Amino acid sequence: MFAYYLDLALRSLKRNRVLTALMVLAIAVGIGASMTTLTVMHILSGDPMPGKSARLYFPQLDPAPADWKTPLHPRPMMDYRSAMDLWSAHRADRQALVVQSPVKVLAPGTGRPPLMLMMMSTTTDFFPMFDVPFAYGGAWTPADEAGRAHVAVISSDLNDRLFGGGNSVGRTLHLRDADVRIVGVLKPWRPTPLFYDPVGGITGSMTPTGFYGRPEDVFMPFLAGLDVNDGNFFQYTCWGSGPAKPGHLQDAPCLWLALWVELDSPAKAAAYRSFLDGYVRQQKALGRFAHIDTDMPDLMQQLDRAHAIPANVRLQTWLALSFLAICLFNMVGLLLAKFLQRSGEIGVRRALGASRPAVFAQCLAEAGLIGLIGGVGGWLLTLAGLWLVRRQQLPYSDLVHMDMPMFASTFVLAVAASLIAGLLPALRASRVAPALQLKTL
Amino acid sequence: MQIKPILSALKKHRLATFLIAMEIALACAVLCNAVFMIANRLTAMNLDSGVDESSLGAITVTGFDPAQATDLNARMVAGLRAVPGVESAQVISSVPFGAQSLVAGISLDPSGKKTPAVVQFYQGAPGTIDALGLKLEAGRLPATSDYQPLSGQEYFPAVSPVLVTRALAEHLWPGQNPLGREFWMAKWQFRVIGVLSHLSVSQYTEYAEQGAEWTVFVPTLPGGQLAGTYLIRAKPQDIESVMTTARAAVAKIAPEVVLDHENSHSVSFLRERFFRTDRAMAGMLVGVIVALLGVTALGIVGLASFWVAQRRKQIGIRRAIGATRGDILRYFQTENFLIVTFGIALGMALAFVLNAVLMKFYELPHLPLYYLPVGALALWALGQLAVLGPALRAANVPPVVATRSV
Repeated sequence: MFAYYLDLALRSLKRNRVLTALMVLAIAVGIGASMTTLTVMHILSGDPMPGKSARLYFPQLDPAPADWKTPLHPRPMMDYRSAMDLWSAHRADRQALVVQSPVKVLAPGTGRPPLMLMMMSTTTDFFPMFDVPFAYGGAWTPADEAGRAHVAVISSDLNDRLFGGGNSVGRTLHLRDADVRIVGVLKPWRPTPLFYDPVGGITGSMTPTGFYGRPEDVFMPFLAGLDVNDGNFFQYTCWGSGPAKPGHLQDAPCLWLALWVELDSPAKAAAYRSFLDGYVRQQKALGRFAHIDTDMPDLMQQLDRAHAIPANVRLQTWLALSFLAICLFNMVGLLLAKFLQRSGEIGVRRALGASRPAVFAQCLAEAGLIGLIGGVGGWLLTLAGLWLVRRQQLPYSDLVHMDMPMFASTFVLAVAASLIAGLLPALRASRVAPALQLKTL
Repeated sequence: MQIKPILSALKKHRLATFLIAMEIALACAVLCNAVFMIANRLTAMNLDSGVDESSLGAITVTGFDPAQATDLNARMVAGLRAVPGVESAQVISSVPFGAQSLVAGISLDPSGKKTPAVVQFYQGAPGTIDALGLKLEAGRLPATSDYQPLSGQEYFPAVSPVLVTRALAEHLWPGQNPLGREFWMAKWQFRVIGVLSHLSVSQYTEYAEQGAEWTVFVPTLPGGQLAGTYLIRAKPQDIESVMTTARAAVAKIAPEVVLDHENSHSVSFLRERFFRTDRAMAGMLVGVIVALLGVTALGIVGLASFWVAQRRKQIGIRRAIGATRGDILRYFQTENFLIVTFGIALGMALAFVLNAVLMKFYELPHLPLYYLPVGALALWALGQLAVLGPALRAANVPPVVATRSV
């Protein structure tokens, strides 16, 4: 029966080509616009750590004095002492301190001019915690970390640039004034969004890229990194008179560090929350803190709070969806016209024994077919739209592509939209009174 | 033209009429807001930087220690001045649209409890004001003795005579003479000696609670924290080639430092890059508007054609009993006008709802009222244009149709 309806639908579409073309065009344009923005949204709002993000948490507290009034509570970053206290307590399954800073990098013996790159000073759990893949070597050991060893892990990108992609473990990098031995080289790694920086690169980098930039090129043990690049750290914010020595923040009243913890069960997460609360209360009792508010969002909640997705992209998505709504209204009107034009034919079918549901189904089949054809057009327009997005030089331009789920949703959305648009006209058509129509033939 | 028969005909097609009206209403709401957003972007893109953008460029280097600052500045300035085509080269903290220099909250009393404004501090060596082409509106320019050195790791001299922009002066001291006024940032004190007509911040974001021109110029001698960024002035027609040569020259002038490729460009280029996303957004909005008007017009054409086809017999009868072609044409035009008017009335309300939502989530200002009549005119025109084809076809229906198969 369905095949017969499709055949009828095809005949009907061929009969009034202009009206068919108008409807297909409306669906295609509406789908093209909304799928372009939805694909960008889909890529930007993806889970950077699928399967693991619910176990990664971002503890927050507020070390600022009581008379320092800004609306943000608790703060997205920590001071040195709080971060070190929480980290040295080792209450989580894994935990990583993170701070970025620009560092001068020279590869002796390559004859290349020095580069200014972003360095991540972090603790060794960073790599297993965030599933960072290694091509050669591996992470530094906890002993390296405690001993402030001058060792580093470099990105695959930097390894390609400096050493032609070979195994560079054991070679030496000159970081600012220090010689640092390479212990690990990463495989290409690009978490999207770049979740572990809670403020989207507004500290540390001179040109913030938001949450869609590339990870750092050099990774060093936390304390060794602070030593090597001392004087080049940037604060998120400070109170009082700020740092005594610019770029040296260990003893300054400044927020500049972030801590991530991995907690493998909800019970452990609850235990960590109460540990965090206990710490803050204790610090208040000691007179070091004025506020006791804490928070511990998981990874996806943190991205949501940090407004990782650019406002422009959200706005475009809303615009595109309202545009799709306009296209749908348009299609309802045209379908209504099309079905009622055929009232006579429907009257004959009804008189010959077709039930109302049968007429209804036949009309919906026609609407669905239009949606399917419109979906093909919409898919092509989406590809064109994504090409336009790629041509704009945005931080995430190179990430934008259509994956299988989005390809499938293009057609699902197109057919679903046209079926919804077809509901009302089909209902009207199935209510046509056969006798009245037969008289006018 | 009688409206009553048109209305009673429309009553028979309530659903179709409602659909077209809703389409018009949505189009009206999106159109008004999209045009308004484009206008907003264009205003933002017209930001007056206050400097001679076409003749200026910046060279930024990093990767040196503060102890080397004075030596580096001397070598860089001498080296850059030797680049052919360079009219002047000076040490500056930042240029408009370049990397941001110090941004901080200031207070009008030394206690620093209240910060009425977050401002950007520009620092520049003697000659920078001339090179930038800043226009003084009141007060005086800094004298040679006003340029003070920075000691150690300090950001500013203890007390600095400064220039502020007209916009910042109006914000801090509305309606009062700003000359001689003082303000503080942490432990540093600043005294206003002159007012600049314009000088924009480096990286303006409309979301930050910071004015686009809330800037302070602090005359400072190079050295210490003031090092690494150099203002280049050249003839507008030479600036791009001069900048290319200057970027290449850095490797010879100071091989030990790292050129910041991102921020070493002509100010025109930096400006173009800064507004790239705004331009892309405006472009996308124009695309949405065109597609929107196109789809709406097609919808009107489709439905009007259907109605004309459906009413061929009636049109024939009307023609047979004396209606002119003009009558038929005007009938369909009036019908369209009525539907569009109904849609616009709904659309105006919708436009304000949409604007309220946008204001809440995207910090957009209020939609000015004059957008509504303009949007209405555009949609009326669109409706009339779209219906013209089907209406002309209707007018061409011969009266003889009436005699066939009635």
